[in-house]
Amino acid sequence: MNLQDYKGVWVFIEQKDGVVAPVSLELLGAGRKLADKRGVELAGILIGENVKSLTKTVFEYGADTVYVYDQPIFKHYRTEPFMKALLECTEKYKPEIILFGATSTGKDLASAVATDLPTGLTADTTELDVEEETGLLLASRPAFGGNIMATILCKKYRPQMATVRAKVMKALDPVPGRTGKVVEETISLQEEEIRTKVLEIVKETVKKVRIDEADIIVAGGKGMGSYEGFQLIHQLAETLGGAVGASRDVVEAGWIDHAHQVGQTGVTVTPKIYFAIGISGAIQHIVGMKNSGLIIAINKDKDAPIFQNCHYGIVGDALEIVPLLIEQFNKALGREKVSLKSG
Amino acid sequence: MLHIVACIKQVPDTKIIKLNPKTNTMDRRTAPAILNPYDAHAVEEAVRLKKRYGGTVSVVTMGPPPAVSAIKKCIEIGADEGYLITDRRFAGADTLATSYAVTKAIEKIAKTKPVDLIICGKMSIDGDTGQVGPGIARRLDIPPLTSVNKVVEINKEESYAIVHRKLEDGYEVVRSTLPCLFSVEKTINEVPYSPLPNMIRAARYKPHIWSVDDLEGVDVKQLGLKGSPTIVSKVWAPPKPTGGTFIEGSPTEQVEQLLSIILEKKELFEQKGER
Ligand SMILES: Cc1cc2nc3c(=O)[nH]c(=O)nc-3n(C[C@H](O)[C@H](O)[C@H](O)COP(=O)(O)OP(=O)(O)OC[C@H]3O[C@@H](n4cnc5c(N)ncnc54)[C@H](O)[C@@H]3O)c2cc1C
Ligand SMILES: Nc1ncnc2c1ncn2[C@@H]1O[C@H](COP(=O)(O)O)[C@@H](O)[C@H]1O
Repeated sequence: MNLQDYKGVWVFIEQKDGVVAPVSLELLGAGRKLADKRGVELAGILIGENVKSLTKTVFEYGADTVYVYDQPIFKHYRTEPFMKALLECTEKYKPEIILFGATSTGKDLASAVATDLPTGLTADTTELDVEEETGLLLASRPAFGGNIMATILCKKYRPQMATVRAKVMKALDPVPGRTGKVVEETISLQEEEIRTKVLEIVKETVKKVRIDEADIIVAGGKGMGSYEGFQLIHQLAETLGGAVGASRDVVEAGWIDHAHQVGQTGVTVTPKIYFAIGISGAIQHIVGMKNSGLIIAINKDKDAPIFQNCHYGIVGDALEIVPLLIEQFNKALGREKVSLKSG
Repeated sequence: MLHIVACIKQVPDTKIIKLNPKTNTMDRRTAPAILNPYDAHAVEEAVRLKKRYGGTVSVVTMGPPPAVSAIKKCIEIGADEGYLITDRRFAGADTLATSYAVTKAIEKIAKTKPVDLIICGKMSIDGDTGQVGPGIARRLDIPPLTSVNKVVEINKEESYAIVHRKLEDGYEVVRSTLPCLFSVEKTINEVPYSPLPNMIRAARYKPHIWSVDDLEGVDVKQLGLKGSPTIVSKVWAPPKPTGGTFIEGSPTEQVEQLLSIILEKKELFEQKGER
């Protein structure tokens, strides 16, 4: 293969119910930097049914071109049709880099595409860079349960592919009215040729928490002692108007649902304030919250690693500190209101 | 009668593994080797399906000779047969080369007994990619179904499977033709303690062990390091964090100071305050 034949950076645009996934917008931001450094185009690849209108968003967030497959066969995500579209398009236009969100859909699709091409695929990337001259992608990711970081290269194959974790790259500020080139493609695949059918989509009735969107997260760990003790975390979160986060050990103990787990195998979060209470601060937890604006740790062990990863630390018993904090905060906010009114 | 193949891997327990600060390499001796926890659920699901529909469960792994103990663990869970492919030519494989080698082993297993279903774990805790499962499915040209958290039905006569695939806000019910491949979530089942007869069988069990030469139609250029498009160029320890400021004093004093720190970000709390 002649590596020089491959040009341009692509981002797979994940969408659902007419909305582009936030991670795809973040990747357009990251992809823009790579494309500019290389002096090449940034393109989005958009696959779905009734998705053409989303090209507007993709341009506003930085793409020069959008390749669109808009056909009923793409109504629900299924590996085979999406993969076929992406393979066809890749063969036709030969991008040097393709980025996917490391979501279940992004990972599923990228794994299949990379096998068929074939090419290298780096999973769960958290840092991206490119060599200006060669176009070699430097994709770095945590390895061995987050104990080390590794930079992965794919020297001899193109395109170079990576899935990238949500919330680690930054989306650009959208430029209203920014546009680009729309390239419409179609695939000649019949529904009968596809071996999987989505029979039904069941939305869980209880609204799933999205802690990755919260400004304030109060996260509790095994140090809360028990399910009952962990209720203090809920109370503090409610007092502050924040969401509840948790360490993996708490989730495994069954004190709270996995949707609240922060870290390598949970959610990555970047709230304005993150409380880590009774959490030891294992690296797998840290990678999920270290970019928070203000990190406050409460732990009774002054040597707990969490204190290396916070802005302010309190050495003390959470079961004593948290109730005090709730009480004082309520009082303070009460005073705050009075002074606001009088002033 | 179903023939289900579960793909498994032996991994170092990353909870315990230590980093050698001088070389930035993993000191594997410090970590015991275990069956990848996600794969225990894959094997358990295969065994449950065997109990429901009748059939055989084979497990397959590519790895060094000690991986025999991971296979034995699967026999304890209830697998019938275990296959280890081991050869220095497999060493250094990335996900692409791994899926190639494991596929070759599955093809050989299928020669004597056609395979209806392949089950993989969601991911391995050392490779940590989740890419090998879909890779195997593509190589065998069968549908990959990832994020499976419930198997509703397997119908061999009519050659279909119905499963639930986990979504962010619920799940989807998907029907696929057989054979196909599932990557299963941890939540799909709970792995119970193994019954004594299985333990005894496992202790005595000798898995099938194959080298590259025992497999058929293998292109050695696609194996191991040589067959891996990705290479690890640099490994480093995550930057040492600098640490925070301790808030000192009695609990009441600590809380007072903390309060003044967080109230600097008053705007976060205001909307709540008045309304
Ligand atoms: C592959 C892999 C992936 C992982 N992914 C994640 C992940 O995504 N997220 C995650 O969180 N973990 C993850 N882990 C687990 C991680 O390694 C730790 O085991 C886990 O984060 C520890 O949880 P913890 O801090 O709540 O519990 P512990 O480590 O038990 O810490 C409890 C802390 O509470 C303190 N404490 C006790 N009593 C009190 C008290 N009364 N007041 C104040 N402090 C008190 C103790 O001093 C201690 O520091 C992963 C592990 C592996 C191997
Ligand atoms: N060396 C291997 N041998 C057999 N199966 C494997 C191997 N590596 C990975 N797998 C399977 O692929 C799944 C995903 O692994 P990974 O892509 O490494 O995260 C695992 O849960 C196993 O089911």
